[in-house]
Amino acid sequence: MLLGSELTWTLAFVVPYVVVFIAFVVYPVARGLWMARDPSLYRALLADPLYARTVVNTALYVGLGVNVKMFLALLLSGFFMRRRWWIRALLPVFMLPWALPSIPAFVSFHWMLIGEEGLVDRLLWVLFALPGPLWFNNRWLALAWNVVAAVWKWLPFWTLTFLAGRMAIPRDVYEAADVDGAGGARRFVHIVVPLLANLYLVCTLLDTLWTVGDFTTVSLVSEGAPAYSTNVLATLGFQYAFDAAQPALGVAAVMTALPVLVPVTVLLMRALHLRQVQL
Amino acid sequence: MSTITAEARLSSRSVARASSAVRRRRYLNRLGTAVLSVALVVWSLAPIYNMVLISLEPEGDVFTDHIWPRVPSVESFWGVLTQGHWYLEHFWRQFANSLFIGAMVTFFALLLGSLTSFAIGRMRVRHGWLVSNAALLTYVIPASFLAIPFYRIMQNYGLANNPWSVIAALVSFATPYAIFVFQEYGRSIPIEVDESARIDGASPPQIYLKIYLPLMAPALVAVGTYALLLAWNEYLYQFLLLSSKSSMTVPVALAQFLSSDQSPWNYMMATAIIYAIPPVVIYYAFRRRMAAGLTMGGVKG
Repeated sequence: MLLGSELTWTLAFVVPYVVVFIAFVVYPVARGLWMARDPSLYRALLADPLYARTVVNTALYVGLGVNVKMFLALLLSGFFMRRRWWIRALLPVFMLPWALPSIPAFVSFHWMLIGEEGLVDRLLWVLFALPGPLWFNNRWLALAWNVVAAVWKWLPFWTLTFLAGRMAIPRDVYEAADVDGAGGARRFVHIVVPLLANLYLVCTLLDTLWTVGDFTTVSLVSEGAPAYSTNVLATLGFQYAFDAAQPALGVAAVMTALPVLVPVTVLLMRALHLRQVQL
Repeated sequence: MSTITAEARLSSRSVARASSAVRRRRYLNRLGTAVLSVALVVWSLAPIYNMVLISLEPEGDVFTDHIWPRVPSVESFWGVLTQGHWYLEHFWRQFANSLFIGAMVTFFALLLGSLTSFAIGRMRVRHGWLVSNAALLTYVIPASFLAIPFYRIMQNYGLANNPWSVIAALVSFATPYAIFVFQEYGRSIPIEVDESARIDGASPPQIYLKIYLPLMAPALVAVGTYALLLAWNEYLYQFLLLSSKSSMTVPVALAQFLSSDQSPWNYMMATAIIYAIPPVVIYYAFRRRMAAGLTMGGVKG
């Protein structure tokens, strides 16, 4: 009797989420795979030069963005470990990009780069009397600014994560290194790198998943300009579906990222299991 | 005797040389720290300064060649608050929509997340881990990749142009993280607490409400802040699913400014700043607790 009511309660507690999960996660995924099932869609994608270019852009955006972000975050987390009062005061200022909602931030990025009227070109002119370029007229410059905007927005978050990781390293490990005379660089190589290696891997993989799916940055900073040449898969899929009225092609375009996403997830799960052993 | 003084002189000279090297290194170190600090401040604040700069320009004077506001004017902020431009005629309505979506996403993510993690972690369901692992699979395919089928499905459900469609999308995206954090945090609460309550005759809902939720308060605050910021940061689903001027949220309205070349940029930036203030305030108010929540699962292990 008691067991029966326990079971009822358990079900009552779990069922609401299971329903939400099936209705809004499983069903859309299944429907997406179903929409993208036709092989001719993939032939159409391969024949489209816009798609090939988008794949290159996505690889660059993710490869550069994630690695620059992670490496800088690892170095900066060491900087913020210092115990001077003004470095502590700097941390909340440094966190601002993360606290700021993405849309206002990226709209502002867009206007900083709008050409000679944008703040960046105005600064170049006032400080160095240089006529700045039209950033969004050049594919590589526009792509680079998308990466910069993404790094700007997410660097604080990862720095904070690594900072927490460094703080979890017991103090006596550092003290032992001090006694042995290991200075900054050697301490970094022999203590921080091995102890944070797994965390670094987990964060890199997580950020890869997030960056592959990033729609907002590209759609607001470069807006795909010039002439759709800085699209990434997420924005291209959207354009196929809603500007060109080819939803199935749009879903097929984003689904071609699955051969990358699935191994990344498998690696991530394994790294998460290792976590307990590592720290 | 003389050898001792010679040795002493030698060592004192090398000590002096060493200490001047230390001093030089310390000086360089300080200089480097100062330069890096200034660079970080400029880097972090530049886009924010740009927003403030444009918002303070009087209308029609937005694009000029100076890098500070020449004649600062708060006209644009006043214009936003009084809905004084046709771009902004529904501003307060849209702000309320953003607030409503944020509040509902927070509430339902906390509710579903805590109910599920309570059942899995405290009531010891067999195979409960399957639910939490399946939930994490939500993150394999990025939310933006599911926007197209999701849009179709919402039309089938009759939820097009309805805030609940956005709430459903964001709740299903925030809840797996909530379950994950709650379970990690719940491990620190001994199961004996629940067992003794059960012996005293408490039913599962009573244990959930009177014991589990109060003990989980720090994790609830951390995840709640996360869910609210997630909703406030989200753009794609709101843009896709909310199309009428009275149902759209502030981010969608902001992006609408970009669709025309004749938009009032100072109003756009003033809107952006007003929209950015609540999450910044919330973030700094809950900063410490949120950092604790974020690192709870990910770092400590």
